[in-house]
Amino acid sequence: MTNEELKIFISAHTPEVVFEESQFLNTTISFDKLYSLAKHLRTNPDADFDYLFCLSGVDWKDHMLVVYHLTSRKHKHNVVLKAKITDRVNPEVHTVCDIWKTAELHEREVYDLFGIKFTEHPDLRRLFLDDTWGFPLRKDYKDDVTIVQL
Amino acid sequence: MIDKEEIEDLTQAHEEDFILNVGPQHPSTHGVLRLKIKLQGETVTHIEPHLGYIHRSIEKMCEASSYRNFIYLTSRMDYLSAHMNNQACAMVVEKGLQLEIPKRAKVIRILMSELTRLASHQLWWACTGLDLGATTPFFVGFRDREVILDIFDETCGSRLTMDYNVPGGIMFDIHPNFQKNVHAFLKGFKKNLPEYHQLLTGNVIFQNRTKGVGYLSPEDTISFGCSGPTARGSGVSCDIRKWQPYDGYEDVQFNEVLETAGDCYARYLVRMREMEESVKIIEQLIDNIPEGDFQAKTKAVLKLPKGEFYSRVETARGELGVYLVSDGTSKPYRMKFRSPNFSNLSALREIAVGGKIGDLVANMAMLDLVIPDIDR
Repeated sequence: MTNEELKIFISAHTPEVVFEESQFLNTTISFDKLYSLAKHLRTNPDADFDYLFCLSGVDWKDHMLVVYHLTSRKHKHNVVLKAKITDRVNPEVHTVCDIWKTAELHEREVYDLFGIKFTEHPDLRRLFLDDTWGFPLRKDYKDDVTIVQL
Repeated sequence: MIDKEEIEDLTQAHEEDFILNVGPQHPSTHGVLRLKIKLQGETVTHIEPHLGYIHRSIEKMCEASSYRNFIYLTSRMDYLSAHMNNQACAMVVEKGLQLEIPKRAKVIRILMSELTRLASHQLWWACTGLDLGATTPFFVGFRDREVILDIFDETCGSRLTMDYNVPGGIMFDIHPNFQKNVHAFLKGFKKNLPEYHQLLTGNVIFQNRTKGVGYLSPEDTISFGCSGPTARGSGVSCDIRKWQPYDGYEDVQFNEVLETAGDCYARYLVRMREMEESVKIIEQLIDNIPEGDFQAKTKAVLKLPKGEFYSRVETARGELGVYLVSDGTSKPYRMKFRSPNFSNLSALREIAVGGKIGDLVANMAMLDLVIPDIDR
């Protein structure tokens, strides 16, 4: 599918999305709608996004994003899903590790560095850091030992 | 020191279970990876990686560095593919600046990439032999790798973390002896390659330890996001050099190596044949390096427009993705490295559970993990 066809395909399932085209087709979506759209993109044979090649978090100060880079190996099209979370105190998004198994470790990494909780994740624990550590990739993180001077 | 979770895990274990820690200091993990393994008899029933022993938060450090400087932090991720890591970062900055790099720089980048891939696979082959109990391959592999490192030393000024890429091309031109030395290396390596096969590939003991061991199905390979030789050993085509050619890979002739057996031996064969393909690429280019500039003109302080950029390269271990979010200043707002080893590691559970503890070392060797790339 081309980007235009993908836009129609996604809007048909979830109307309340914001599209933006850069290198890939970016689709910003509220965090509570993400799981059903992700499942739809994976299971529908016309979309068939079977390869999650990058999962990352971005902190934009007033909101946080969990970014999913997806590609379909059969149809050779790409899409980027962005789950928008406005609650900084208790950020949550539904896990996708039952859809793509690779998400299990990637989501643990995002939880470790951003503090975003993935509900129904089978084993959500800190990955690299200690339980007492803050969330270093958040923009309001205070670096006590100033190893990194921003 | 045993932490809280471990005590819980131990209490959940059955009486006949045996919990074993491999690493963080263990020769076959090739770095500080710690695996917690649950055994029943000799069979692995559960496997859990514990990470963070070499976490340096490179992504956070990138946010404090300029677009010229952050590239060199990435040599310290997968240090055996240092050149490819740098290349991915240089490419993402070039994408943001919409910079076309000179032909000469592209060709030299490919040459260096393929030499790095050869050196990395030689080291992997040497260590695989050692892990599985053969001492000679270690010396044979390192003997040939040394020649490549000397070539790097002469041209780039360092042997391992070459730091040779800059946004817009390469840092300086090749050494006058470069072409002569690469020819000498190719001649020697092609003579030595049959020896590699005599020592390990055809060895009955080696084949018994790897054939049919550690099966990974194509569906799981894709779902776990595996890439590189690990995925291609299961018949999944994923070579970024073919999928999304970059820096002139579309102009060279080579084959994507695929094996369909999905076991350790298949992953071994993929890497061995990949070395032949790398030799092929180098032979096509080494006498055809175009004349001209080796670096495009750039400003002293680089500023990227607001937006998001993504670049992908094929390192010796698989797909490296660099995701850059720019807010329009002279420093990255957010950098994310999607490292090949991180995703390949998650497949270890699928590969090793159900097998014997003795096969774990073979499975680890064939995944070819580099731990600093996982922890970053």
